[in-house]
Amino acid sequence: MKRWQFVKRLAPLMALLVLVLSACGREDMSALNPQGPVAQEQLNLMKISITMMSLVVIVVFAICIFVLIKFRRRKGDNTIPKQVEGSHKLEVIWTVIPIIILVILAVPTLKSVFNLSKDYSKDPEALQVIVTAHQYWWEFEYPELGITTAQELVVPTDRVISIQAATADVLHSFWIPSLAGKIDTNPSGNVNKMYFSAPKAGVYLGKCAELCGTSHGLMDFKVKAVEPSSFERWGVAMTGAVELPTDPDVASAFESKCLTCHAIGQDGSESIYPNLTGIGSRESVGGILINVEEGEKEYKHEDTLYNNLYNWIKDPEAYKPGNKMTNAYTLTDEEAKGIAEYLSNLTLDFE
Amino acid sequence: MDWLTTVDHKKIGILYLIAGGFFFLVGGLEAILIRIQLMFPQKEVVTAQFYNELITMHGTTMIFLAAMPIIFALMNAIIPLQLGARDVAFPFLNALGFWTFFFGGLLLNVSFIAGSVPDAGWTMYAPLSGTQFTQHHGTDYYVIGLQIAGIGTLIGGINFLATIINMRAPGMTFMRMPMFTWASFITSALILFAFPALTVGLAALMFDRLFSGNFFNPQTGGNVVLWEHIFWIFGHPEVYILILPAFGIISEVISTFSRKRLFGYSSMVFATILIGFLGFMVWAHHMFTTGLGPVANALFSVATMLIAVPTGIKIFNWLFTMWGGSIRFTVANLYAIGFVPTFVMGGVTGVMLSAAPADYQYHDSYFVVAHFHYVIVGGLIMGIFAGLHYWWPKMFGRMLSEKLGKVTFWIFYIGFHLTFFVQHFLGLLGMQRRVWQYLDGMGFNNMNFISTIGALMMGVGTILFLINIVITLRKPKDCSNDPWEDGRTLEWTIASPAPEYNFAQTPLVRGYDAWWHEKMEGNTAMTPVEPIGPIHMPNASILPFVMGIGLFITGFGFMYSGEWGTLGFITVGHAVGIVGLLITFGCMGLRSLIDDHGFHIEEDEILKDQGVKS
Repeated sequence: MKRWQFVKRLAPLMALLVLVLSACGREDMSALNPQGPVAQEQLNLMKISITMMSLVVIVVFAICIFVLIKFRRRKGDNTIPKQVEGSHKLEVIWTVIPIIILVILAVPTLKSVFNLSKDYSKDPEALQVIVTAHQYWWEFEYPELGITTAQELVVPTDRVISIQAATADVLHSFWIPSLAGKIDTNPSGNVNKMYFSAPKAGVYLGKCAELCGTSHGLMDFKVKAVEPSSFERWGVAMTGAVELPTDPDVASAFESKCLTCHAIGQDGSESIYPNLTGIGSRESVGGILINVEEGEKEYKHEDTLYNNLYNWIKDPEAYKPGNKMTNAYTLTDEEAKGIAEYLSNLTLDFE
Repeated sequence: MDWLTTVDHKKIGILYLIAGGFFFLVGGLEAILIRIQLMFPQKEVVTAQFYNELITMHGTTMIFLAAMPIIFALMNAIIPLQLGARDVAFPFLNALGFWTFFFGGLLLNVSFIAGSVPDAGWTMYAPLSGTQFTQHHGTDYYVIGLQIAGIGTLIGGINFLATIINMRAPGMTFMRMPMFTWASFITSALILFAFPALTVGLAALMFDRLFSGNFFNPQTGGNVVLWEHIFWIFGHPEVYILILPAFGIISEVISTFSRKRLFGYSSMVFATILIGFLGFMVWAHHMFTTGLGPVANALFSVATMLIAVPTGIKIFNWLFTMWGGSIRFTVANLYAIGFVPTFVMGGVTGVMLSAAPADYQYHDSYFVVAHFHYVIVGGLIMGIFAGLHYWWPKMFGRMLSEKLGKVTFWIFYIGFHLTFFVQHFLGLLGMQRRVWQYLDGMGFNNMNFISTIGALMMGVGTILFLINIVITLRKPKDCSNDPWEDGRTLEWTIASPAPEYNFAQTPLVRGYDAWWHEKMEGNTAMTPVEPIGPIHMPNASILPFVMGIGLFITGFGFMYSGEWGTLGFITVGHAVGIVGLLITFGCMGLRSLIDDHGFHIEEDEILKDQGVKS
């Protein structure tokens, strides 16, 4: 009798735990706090499995504790317990019950597998994005808009985003916990597809989930969901012309040292390194140096936009070991300051 | 010198234990360094490069050089005794298996001294592990070291298969075999099928690296997903290769210390076989995010879930073995009892992971790290500790300290749960695995700190266990045949430690739990099936050791053939490699040309042993 009371008391506790878990972690980053339908569907599946599995755990723990207390050997007790061979009835029961539990779990799993593998890559309603992973940054191409950008995936809140992902070098994995699960990026023509949507405007954190080298853990990106009208303005702003620095020394340094790899403005689609257009409007530099206002710096990786740019340009190795930018150029301090100043003013007005 | 030439399965078991224990400490030290680096956000205790080396070597070392050898140690030390056999089927091969494992592992760890350590993760996914993205010799150490060590494992597996099939005592049918032997039998079968896959994969990767092959290089038409398949076709059965013997140990320990027959023996055997079979069918659940498509993901999802059924059967059988028993809380049994709920927790997260769409979230996050440490540490390592405490008297003739053992257990157990339980949540909150740093303000700080404290506690637990061993080694060898008093199987009928020939007379097995059966009938010894007579034993040999050295030299030579230059028209590296191969093949030649009939232990010597003991 007592055992059942124990279970009765624990069951609401577990239910509560599931509820608490579902509101856990940062809104922009937690799989337990989904902000879009895809992540929501995944969390629902998690909840089903967590509930079932908690039940299993409770039953096993209860039997285990009961057995250990009831059947421990008392001092001086030297009786020989009955040598039981087994019990067909019991064994059938604990074979059949797990099968039933698994069927209950398998049905929504299968439904979800096919649901989440829908192909939107030919759908004119969906926003097409080609994701290319690099050591250690992300490239986002919008073929319909003729835009290529980096590190920040700007999407409208009213459409499904159809992702086609591949890599330019080693395996990476594209992951936005609060919006969708992950998909690996494979090389050599093997394009993986996924989709998600972000109905709530906001900035969501994305990560690389597959070991890809020294700075694997620092290969972050952001997904910025904006109103449809803002998205349209962003598209226009991204394709506009960009002026070079006014100071001729800075301009020539920028052209000869930076633009050899990076691109800016319209011609950006061809470059093999991050497009810098609108870098002043991004949330971060290099994905990990978060831009904040002066005096609001709270953590080590936060600083003003200008400082982040300057620090990054001076010594990228200190922030992302093993990146391809280190030692690719030499800049005087004046030039670095000028370029950081110029880039920090390279903003897009679209929100 | 005796230890370098021995072909005695008990001594080889001890060698495996020492070598595996050493690598366990190395892997543990790597783990502690990893956790110290992650104790606080954005720390630089170790560099990003060294961090990747640490995670790679920690995984590789723990799986191949610590867990498997310690299991092999127990299998070697105990299986022939449980079977009532005098040795394994191929004693010479047994020694060869140990020495190739040892020199392979040594080669892998020499990389730390050589300064180019494997750093592409223990899964070595291409193309990161290829020549384009790993220009140093790290991957070479991995592919060559593991190939040499893998020979040892494969030899060991075949040896146990042959031993178990052919050398059971009269009356010991398959359905009277102790559960540990059964589990080891299935494990050996898994080794037989899984390790060749690894060998092929490693050879292909070696060809890519050393001779510019094109198996896994996408730029020349190679396929990186192919490596993932090959690796996991080996890698998934591998986790069952690890856990099945632990299941066997738990069955023995729980039944002994409950003073009760194992509940549902035949369903236990059936479940073991089924787990072994399903273990081969589900490798692609490691690849749900690789992009195999919905049909493959659906199939592998369901197939993976099915494994929960035989595993559940086992769990409930253990619980009902204790039910109605008379449970004694020895250290060995503490580990076994601690194993059950821990493994259930690891198992249910396994079922959660098998739901592919949810796995898109869990995959490569700390949730996975938590899951597999729950099954491998909470399952396998607990099993190993249980087994070591249980069979220590049989292996060394001395009892480990129970008092210190209990302290060790609690520190290790609490430390383990502290380390890994919170990692489930870290993963769900968005922390991916194998990260060198995490940013501040993400909500990861506290849980990572707790996790590191737990890891340090596990470290303390391990040190206490070592102290226990040292203390025990100074005690006299005075164990009785059946020191737990409730021994059920044949190993408890002979002296502790077992004499060189194990059984003076081969015993007659008259039922399951043969020794218990005899005890219940009031007998004080097994009924022998033969008179005492001279026992034929194999001669010791240095050849296995030399063959291991030969392969070790070969590995080095081929690895550095690019750097060591040429001497005339031959590259120095290749010459060294060929010399190494000649040593190994030369030994094989010697072995097949020289007749070695072994020797006999004479009757009077056996009688003398018996006299001393009785």
